[in-house]
Amino acid sequence: MNDAADKNGMGRESAGNERHGKTMVEAINRALREVMEEDERVVVIGQDVGVDGGVFRVTDGLIDEFGSDRVIDSPLAESAIAGVSIGMALNGLRPVAEMQFSGFSYLAFAQVEGHAARLRWRSRGGLGVPMVVRMPYGAGVRALEHHSESREAFYGHVPGLKTVIPASPRRAHALLHAAIRDPDPVIFMEPKALYRSFREDLPEAPDEAEIGRARIVQQGEALTIIAWGAMLRPVLKAAARLAEEAGEVAEVIDLETIAPIDAPAIADSVSRTGRLLIVTEAPLSYGPAGEVAMRAIEGAFFSLRAPICRVTGWDTHVPFFAREQSYLPSPQRIFDAARELLKH
Amino acid sequence: MTILLAEPDPAFEPFRLLDRDGSLRDEAAVEPDIAMVEEMHEAMLRARRVDERLLSLQRRGDLGTFAPVKGQEAAQIGSISCIGDEDWFVPSFREMAAALWRGQSLVDLLVATAGWNEGLATRQDARNLPPAIPVASQLPHAVGIAHAGRLRGEESVVLTYFGDGATSEGDFHEALNFASVLNAPVVFFCQNNGWAISTPRARQTGSRTLCQKAHAYGISAAQVDGNDLLAVRAVTREAVRRAREEGRPSMIEALTYRMEVHTTADDPTRYRDDDEVEKWRARDPINRVQALLKARDQIDDEMIAALESQIEDEINKAWDDAKEQIRELEDGVPDAIFDHVFREPTAELDRQRDLFAKLERRDDG
Repeated sequence: MNDAADKNGMGRESAGNERHGKTMVEAINRALREVMEEDERVVVIGQDVGVDGGVFRVTDGLIDEFGSDRVIDSPLAESAIAGVSIGMALNGLRPVAEMQFSGFSYLAFAQVEGHAARLRWRSRGGLGVPMVVRMPYGAGVRALEHHSESREAFYGHVPGLKTVIPASPRRAHALLHAAIRDPDPVIFMEPKALYRSFREDLPEAPDEAEIGRARIVQQGEALTIIAWGAMLRPVLKAAARLAEEAGEVAEVIDLETIAPIDAPAIADSVSRTGRLLIVTEAPLSYGPAGEVAMRAIEGAFFSLRAPICRVTGWDTHVPFFAREQSYLPSPQRIFDAARELLKH
Repeated sequence: MTILLAEPDPAFEPFRLLDRDGSLRDEAAVEPDIAMVEEMHEAMLRARRVDERLLSLQRRGDLGTFAPVKGQEAAQIGSISCIGDEDWFVPSFREMAAALWRGQSLVDLLVATAGWNEGLATRQDARNLPPAIPVASQLPHAVGIAHAGRLRGEESVVLTYFGDGATSEGDFHEALNFASVLNAPVVFFCQNNGWAISTPRARQTGSRTLCQKAHAYGISAAQVDGNDLLAVRAVTREAVRRAREEGRPSMIEALTYRMEVHTTADDPTRYRDDDEVEKWRARDPINRVQALLKARDQIDDEMIAALESQIEDEINKAWDDAKEQIRELEDGVPDAIFDHVFREPTAELDRQRDLFAKLERRDDG
């Protein structure tokens, strides 16, 4: 439990049998249920999403409520899950496709890059692909190989796609509503380390969520720390320690939308703080942190008082789970990097 | 104990109604609808002439790369004529003849082939998808469209096209499997034209036929002489009926031949003999249907010449109009490259559009 997290809408750790609020899994399930109730065009498709309720139970119970025509247990074929969803979107539906793990989404990449992202453009606006591709991603749950990577840069790099990552149950609820409403394809990456790690109360109506807007989680002047997904929790821990031990208050930003990136928000914060630390679990090279850094340079170069710093996963594959914590940015690494930045 | 590993079996006999000399085989049983045959003949001839013009315009530098349709006119017109406006046409990239039948404007086709995105502007209500270039990638779309139509209570059918090479792609297998599991009303129409660029049919798969692959997914299939207009139409009509009335997918393998280059960037003399091309020239689908119509006294050389000249005029007019439109596009706002990435432009795209406009102005200065 940390105060900064709690104060800033980052929820509370789940403690014992306490069932206060909703997990991210429950929040996403609720968002799906709400959208499917109000819009019969919304269908869910993926491996094991029906009877089994999804391997993480994200789609639990939907098939009972909406039937197997709208909650489609698909054969095991990622490319067709994406491709069939594109076809359904072209013919008036609003499919929400699930890739069971982001590590298997590459099999669908040709459909996503080749068609979902391009059909509106190719047809000069005559066609549209209003679909959402949900996928759990990221490390920290002691999973098998292929189940722990953070490859948001793959999707963020594709024109015509929007890529969002929620960092809490409440934001997942709000952002999934926004993603399904969106007229264009949205890649919705779910940090599975947060699926059940803490709970938050959900509002009756989903919060406002505008795709393309970063969110200031904690205001501060000493430096800007930008993170998203599961990295926001260790960042807030490090920030709390920084305040406690060094009396320096960091501004913490949840990027939330990977693409289109909120460049003005980055520039605005960095021009106030003069220092930028970016924390991601993706590998360093050619990664999303580089893009964030460049936006800060373009928009706030003359305000920079220190070199921009990146704390990221290493340029290795995510190790098997016994050593995965060595791969992930820890609160200590983040804290140390922030202290270094503040020396300038 | 004898362990039996069953041999791959299905021996398909290509279905035929029309012999090469244009005479009707016994299987035909009933006299064809001659008015319909005339309409299809005209469409085949138009596609052939458009193809030739595209090729000559490409060779002199007015158009970009495209995939000629020559030799496959019966396969396309015989099949596409079986669906209606309420149905969907989901093409690959060589379906010019079928696209024209579905109302594709010749001017748009020329504008697109000249390298302008505007030529592919799609009418929102038309149930025709633009060409899909990645091989087999359109097949899952056909399944999704069909499933959505069914959920919306429609009786529409989806007719989707692909080639022999596509049957080696994962998307082909995934799409057939999905269609079978979902009972999607899709007709998978394979134009087996013998070559996937330089890869001959024999090197594409060890299967005796391509259509037997459908059986692995529990999908009914037929092989048809793809240069026999009447046979293609008869088989496709049954597949469409089955999809519409029984909600079942099927696959058709039409045996045809790519008489021309794969695309204009290809040189087939590197991998195939002229002898083979000549052999197929003798099976030309247009000659065959003309022989039928002549035998029925529905057409003579004079009428064919008149039709040819009318088509020639149409093409000339379309090219004039296309050139006019291209001139307008050339004079137009170049920042159209930023259009339609999303329904609403993002702030980032607007920023890049402004930057681009400034650079353009400086180039002009």
